Amino acid sequence: MKDIHYVAIPDLCTHYQLEMSFFTGLKDYGLIEIISVEKTNCIHQEHVADLEKMIRLHQDLNLNFEGIDTVFNLLNKIDKLKSELNQTKNRLRLYESE
Amino acid sequence: MAFIDYYKILGVDKNATKAEIKKAYRKLARKHHPDLNPNDKEAELKFKQVNEAHEVLSNEEKRKKYDKYGENWQQGEAYEQAQKHQYSQQQGQYQRSSGFEGFEGFGEGEYSDFFESMFGGGFSGGSRSSGNVKFRGQDFNAQLQLNLKDVYTTQKQVLTVKGKNIRLTIPAGVTNGQVIKINGKGGPGVNGGPNGDLYIEFNIMNNTSFKRDGSNLYSDVDLSLYKAVLGGDITVNTFNGKVKLKVKPLTQTGSQVKLKGKGFPKYRKENEFGDLYITYNVKLPKKLSEKEKELFEELAKLQ
Repeated sequence: MKDIHYVAIPDLCTHYQLEMSFFTGLKDYGLIEIISVEKTNCIHQEHVADLEKMIRLHQDLNLNFEGIDTVFNLLNKIDKLKSELNQTKNRLRLYESE
Repeated sequence: MAFIDYYKILGVDKNATKAEIKKAYRKLARKHHPDLNPNDKEAELKFKQVNEAHEVLSNEEKRKKYDKYGENWQQGEAYEQAQKHQYSQQQGQYQRSSGFEGFEGFGEGEYSDFFESMFGGGFSGGSRSSGNVKFRGQDFNAQLQLNLKDVYTTQKQVLTVKGKNIRLTIPAGVTNGQVIKINGKGGPGVNGGPNGDLYIEFNIMNNTSFKRDGSNLYSDVDLSLYKAVLGGDITVNTFNGKVKLKVKPLTQTGSQVKLKGKGFPKYRKENEFGDLYITYNVKLPKKLSEKEKELFEELAKLQ
């Protein structure tokens, strides 16, 4: 069975010098999922990269939760469009080589 | 080493106030932030320039030094060093002159040579709330060229990125232009910050006779006139071998048959395959013997 790793939020608070309220705010906006493991609030390891991105957007650009949510939605849309564009380009090759 | 006009980078006047500098910085940082411009090297470079300009102009001491020497900073620095040296000799002991020395290095390539030379490569925390902020490492981008045959099966490869060997599992069915992210395999973090990520873009060369659209494959098969008219068995190539196929009588040129599950593996779906579409191309004979000609003429009379 694949091991599931969680990262404790108090550790993240220390690591990034952030208040716990920042993480609960992200949770309230549905941006992260907080799981309680042995009475400690944790985040799934797979979501740490996204969380780091949110922290950078907050610290570098002063974005609030609404801003972070908007950016994430738009970035997801860009990703989808890029993937569609790539598929279309590959499909176009079918006809270009004829 | 070229002089860098930090005012120009931020698009502000030389008399700009701290608030104006901050405003200009925030606007440009929002525009060029690497998280908002993934895989955009130009944006990454601009973000670094903007950060550097803000680092200098938002810090009173650094700005004063920068303004004092301007384009003649090299001569100014030498003059200042000479003055300090003379002073320290007078005092009977040597003191280090620059207030910016002694800070930890801030990571390779984060600052320009001009900055490193003028300010010693330190970081005073001008743009951040603390002087000991942890920084995530740089994201690396790599391109991997593979043949279509290579991605028919899942395979393991060892990639060397910036001198580090990275073991990589390439799932079968990866598509041309697809980018996969490998967490934590980018540049090392600064001050204990996390590592960056590695992004690998696949360039897949198709040197087979098959055309690919996602997990479906397409190929053309020539049929003789007789086989097309009378039908029969033929052997066709699939991506991983040959199969026997029944051709229906009176098969038209351009007609297509689907070989279910004989296409390309579906990405990250084990043992699931797309389909292979075969398009028949009926070939007419280029030469006829006398006998054949006679028989065709007889056939024509029957019509």
